[in-house]
Amino acid sequence: MEVTTYNYKIVRQFALMTVVWGIVGMLVGVLIATQLVLPDLTHGISWLSYGRLRPLHTNAVIFGFGGTAMFTVVYYVVQRTCHVRLYAEKLASFTFWGWQAVIVLAALTLVSGHTTSKEYAELEWPIDVLIAVVWVAFAVVFFGTVIKRKTPHIYVANWFFGAYILTVALLHIVNSAELPIAFFGGSWWKSYSAYAGVQDAMVQWWYGHNAVGFFLTTAFLGMMYYFIPKQAGRPIYSYRLSIVHFWALNFTYMWAGPHHLQYSALPDWAQSLGMVFSLVLLAPSWGGRMNGIMTLSGAWHKLRTDPILKFLVTALSFYGMSTFEGPMMSIKTVNALSHYTEWTIGHVHSGALGWVAMISIGSLYYLIPRLFGREEMYSMKLVTTHFWIATIGVVLYIAAMWIAGVAQGLMWRASNPDGTLTYGFAQVLNQMYPFYTIRLLGGLLFFSGMLLMAWNVWKTIRVGKAVDDAPIPAPARA
Amino acid sequence: MDLSSLIGSIVTVVFFITFLGILWWAYGGSRKARFEEDARIPFQETDDLPAGEQK
Repeated sequence: MEVTTYNYKIVRQFALMTVVWGIVGMLVGVLIATQLVLPDLTHGISWLSYGRLRPLHTNAVIFGFGGTAMFTVVYYVVQRTCHVRLYAEKLASFTFWGWQAVIVLAALTLVSGHTTSKEYAELEWPIDVLIAVVWVAFAVVFFGTVIKRKTPHIYVANWFFGAYILTVALLHIVNSAELPIAFFGGSWWKSYSAYAGVQDAMVQWWYGHNAVGFFLTTAFLGMMYYFIPKQAGRPIYSYRLSIVHFWALNFTYMWAGPHHLQYSALPDWAQSLGMVFSLVLLAPSWGGRMNGIMTLSGAWHKLRTDPILKFLVTALSFYGMSTFEGPMMSIKTVNALSHYTEWTIGHVHSGALGWVAMISIGSLYYLIPRLFGREEMYSMKLVTTHFWIATIGVVLYIAAMWIAGVAQGLMWRASNPDGTLTYGFAQVLNQMYPFYTIRLLGGLLFFSGMLLMAWNVWKTIRVGKAVDDAPIPAPARA
Repeated sequence: MDLSSLIGSIVTVVFFITFLGILWWAYGGSRKARFEEDARIPFQETDDLPAGEQK
């Protein structure tokens, strides 16, 4: 018999866990921001030390919150734009439980001190294996659904999702090549990278920057290409630009990683290559962003009243800002000032909170009512409040980190006529206190927005009813 | 010039030409209508649009 409904159960599961991991990840972020203001906050308890909680924060927000948000929208959008029910639904269910297990295991191992010490790839090898298995299952479900589609063309959002799934598989598997010491009678929770020296650094930042490029950018651009047109009620501004955007981004992103290793032992030509490709990236980034923003032309008035559009469009503004800032920071002379300072932290959060979190939150506010049979969220007023709290939070956060970062960079490089450094490390740190406090305030605001969201979602679920009969439209004429 | 940098140069040129081909394909006049139609895929179902915004 012909299947006539979409699988919303899997979308619902992931959607709710997105909110949960968002709260957990951001709470840990607030905790470590507090530790930077009050260093003795956790009384030297090793499980709660900054060094262990910081990777827990990054893993929980990137892979817990961001990753779960992507599973949510990929499973929703691929079904609705291909006009078929999900392929291999049991496997999709496995990706849900598998991905949740990854995040729980990450939390347990990181706080107990098990780490590979590779940034954004800290998880030890048994978890790496689980991630690879879950990811391959995700690829089978996604591409299986695309292959059995009823629409003649693969909608652009799915192209972005496909690139995200393929490249993340490649990045994760190559960068996680490691030798467990268990093979030599050691612990089951320790391994060493298969690469050594500068090659290890290059592989790591090829991975690290593409985790930003394909996990946090390409994936969420796919989100943009579906939810902005839907919420604005009009097709994307230029579909042809979206095709060029897609290929330009894919051709350039892979080569930008070396900008993380400016003035290091990496060969000079590779550093320059990373810088040049980072500068080239400005073109596709801004092209894609304009495509999203211009979709609203003729519908700008909706921005005034629609808090979901506010989230989506503000996300694009932060995307534009951080994709301008990124190439600028990759220029060697700018990098000499900005690298290792708080400026980098500000840049990352302009992208992570302003772009990734805001577009995800907007998309969730679009999705949750539809998954629970409601016209809109329980309280749209609260969505507006959430928007303003979040926006003020991000602005406070990044402004504080800009000032702190530039001050830090200038103070570190200042030297006396005899060649000695003008400022000691502690003197520079002292200057950071007010900015660390403002950053904490910004983070707290963003976090409290997530709590409002959780309450609003809970109330929406209480008055709504899970939708399991969303109909697949009859085959359209091509 | 050793072999690996020769291959590097060839691949760079081939990728660049491929990209020009994509530009030509995307902006070719004969495919304009087709892409405008493709952009409407998310709207080929009216069931989940909020009231008042249905086309």
